[in-house]
Amino acid sequence: MPLTKEELLAIEAKAHEHRRTIIETTLCAGSGHIGGALSMIDVTTLLYSRFMRIDPDNADWEDRDRFILSKGHAGIGFVAILADIGYVDRRDLETFNLTGSNLGIHLDASKVPGVDASTGSLGHGLSIALGTALAAKQLGKEYRTFCLLGDGECQEGSVWEAAMAISHFNPPNLVTLVDRNHAQIDGMTEDVMPLEPFADKWRAFGFHTVTVDGHDFEAMNDAIREALDRKDVPTCIILDTCKGKGIGFCEGNYRWHYGGITQEMGEEAMRDLDAYYERRVAAIEWRGEE
Amino acid sequence: MGISFTSINQTKLSTGEVYCETLCELAEENPRIVALTADLGQSSKIGEFMKKFPDRFYQFGIAEQNMYGVAAGMAKAGLIPFTSSFAIFTSCRALDQVHTDICYQRANVKMISSHAGTSFGQAGTTHHSTEDIAIMRSMANLVVIVPADGMETANVVRAAVEYEGPVYIRINRGFDQLVYKELDYGYEIGKAVQLAEGTDVTIIACGSGVFQAVQASAELDAVGIKARVLNMHTIKPIDKDAILKACRDTRRIITVEDHNVIGGLGGAVAEVLAESGMSCAFRRLGLQDCFSPIGYHEDLMAIHGIDTNGIVKSVHDLLQLDFEDDDDWDDEV
Repeated sequence: MPLTKEELLAIEAKAHEHRRTIIETTLCAGSGHIGGALSMIDVTTLLYSRFMRIDPDNADWEDRDRFILSKGHAGIGFVAILADIGYVDRRDLETFNLTGSNLGIHLDASKVPGVDASTGSLGHGLSIALGTALAAKQLGKEYRTFCLLGDGECQEGSVWEAAMAISHFNPPNLVTLVDRNHAQIDGMTEDVMPLEPFADKWRAFGFHTVTVDGHDFEAMNDAIREALDRKDVPTCIILDTCKGKGIGFCEGNYRWHYGGITQEMGEEAMRDLDAYYERRVAAIEWRGEE
Repeated sequence: MGISFTSINQTKLSTGEVYCETLCELAEENPRIVALTADLGQSSKIGEFMKKFPDRFYQFGIAEQNMYGVAAGMAKAGLIPFTSSFAIFTSCRALDQVHTDICYQRANVKMISSHAGTSFGQAGTTHHSTEDIAIMRSMANLVVIVPADGMETANVVRAAVEYEGPVYIRINRGFDQLVYKELDYGYEIGKAVQLAEGTDVTIIACGSGVFQAVQASAELDAVGIKARVLNMHTIKPIDKDAILKACRDTRRIITVEDHNVIGGLGGAVAEVLAESGMSCAFRRLGLQDCFSPIGYHEDLMAIHGIDTNGIVKSVHDLLQLDFEDDDDWDDEV
């Protein structure tokens, strides 16, 4: 179903809450993968608001939908969602990265409820997702598997090994999403090791490939629904995003792949995020009055 | 679970074929077992499984990294994946996936890794696997097993299904010489099997070294030297009690492995001895920190001194060492 205005506003509010949590957690941790967390938080918020069939009281429910965060360094974003569901105690976010904490940069599936795979070494998640999806078919289960990759990660050859195999096996209920934020640690992807023509690469590997604005909930909602319905070939949804979205000093700057922020910077980031959220809500309201 | 092997089967079957037949028998009873390979289905002899269980057989092409990642995903969802590849590709090519996806996540994957050591001797160093024991035993959560022959491989495969967690099973290419005549000798993960009594020296071996050690012990017996033989099939967790008992009883230990002497069986035994505070005359036989030349497996074992002759010679060398002559040696342990 398309999103109603109320649903859209609710998701906007949730995403805003998660963006603020990312900054709060980063302030406690001292530093974090702010850029990539902010580029993926919209799609992840949408997945958990509209698509993921999970049991908030039982993270290990065996028929749950799976989410494999292949770009594991965005754990600081994912954990905001896990805390919102209740899998993680919100107070524990204050211990993020600290010695003895269960929470660190790359979330450990054995320690953090709701995390379906321990990722971090890039280029692994899509294979794990394929195994998860093939197991569903083998075991006669109907859970869906969503895998979110980073774009820089697609420089890893293993991603294309997995892509080839997904196209070959075409397991039902597997959706591949790529956070195309155009940046990686050492620079912009097209300067470091060009990915373009990126969508053509996925198409060449047999995927129905669509590119949507990764900060447009309605477009993403339609693309994911379409992907779940499409059975003849696997789907790859390329999410055109902005690294550090919503914070002026981070937006589009590859240097914010990972970084520390002071209290003052945190306050500035929060003001930016509030203003960004207000602009987005105003746009929805304005459109509604059109 | 019942498996029905006899030594008659085994003489007709390569070790890989024994693995496959065993897996097929176990798969009849356990629907969670699936088999995966990366274009080594023929080489690793898993083809029979493919015929019997086409819906439970997954071919990934020449893409080992993907296969081990997929296996981890399958295991986390409740299947028991058996991967078939060459030891060199499990331990080197796909190590990041093995380390992170399988071992770190304690995924219930059984990694059958064939053509181990120099058993695919003619193929050269690109296909020899003489570092894998050292690499794999440093992976937390992982059980590392090196069966001595086909019969033991059947036991190991069964034990691996019963064990919940990742297991690395290192087998050879082709036929192994028979160490066991029957399945029922009390196989247990982590428990060494004593194959010969002895009080003069203990030969601790794994894999293809075990048959050679048994032969060597018989030859030594003919000249009055009593060599104990331990089949140390499980490298991790290693049987410390058996090692320390050998140290106390025989005061001389030789390890035999088709592997670099650094970090493998010899390294594992040395660690146990050093940490115990006890000591004994000790020698590690294997590849002396080198890559192997090309050749037939039996020739390469001779070149590296891990055949019967090499072991016998090393036992004689060790017996001639007289620590009492060394003024710095205080044998008060």
